[in-house]
Amino acid sequence: MSEIKKFLYVNRKAPYGTVYALESLEVVLIGAAFDQDVSLAFIDDGVFQLAKGQKTTDIGMKNFSPTYSALGDYEVKKIYVEKESLEERGLTPDNLLHLTYEDEDEDYAEKDSIQFVSRAELSDIMDQQDVVPSF
Amino acid sequence: MAMLHTVNKSPFERNSFDSCLSHAKAGSSILLFEDGIYAVVKGSSASGKIQKASGVSIYALGPDLKARGIGEDQIIGGVTVVDYGGFVDLVTRHDSVQSWL
Repeated sequence: MSEIKKFLYVNRKAPYGTVYALESLEVVLIGAAFDQDVSLAFIDDGVFQLAKGQKTTDIGMKNFSPTYSALGDYEVKKIYVEKESLEERGLTPDNLLHLTYEDEDEDYAEKDSIQFVSRAELSDIMDQQDVVPSF
Repeated sequence: MAMLHTVNKSPFERNSFDSCLSHAKAGSSILLFEDGIYAVVKGSSASGKIQKASGVSIYALGPDLKARGIGEDQIIGGVTVVDYGGFVDLVTRHDSVQSWL
């Protein structure tokens, strides 16, 4: 039995313009099957991935933003969004998807997955990881 | 010579938008599309630069705003939102097109 490692997936790209965001999400969902300690960070243009109200019919691409809502079911409960990155881009927490998970230790109460953290806090979080895949 | 400039890269990730803005002459137009549309989000560092530029008409492609979840209430004033037909009209109305990749 191998040890549980801490994985932090760092997302820095806007969706649709490049394929990084979608690829990252697919890797996270595949990786979630391996019972590791998984968390996600959205910094720089990565915060745009979580924008709510995405409607892609007119650009002929798949809208993969509803998939972020499934992360809770895959035991991905820690999603860090960097406050400074949001502010620089004119966004507020209200512009983002509301992501939740069910806490099995508290009678499956619904809890927020997203934590808004400062750049300094995020650098500490990065420092505590074993593996940091970056997209 | 009225020129149409197009920018399809995020202003936060590349300097295409900054370079375009500093080269665009009065009377020219800038069309933002794909990740370029993030430049018009109200309150962003990039949109402040647009508001300082004078004599340049700014357009943004509606389908790309919609795809990225940027509502028309979230964008700065003075920006004209166009559809794909409007994109074509802009190309025909200008003498030349420069794509800032």
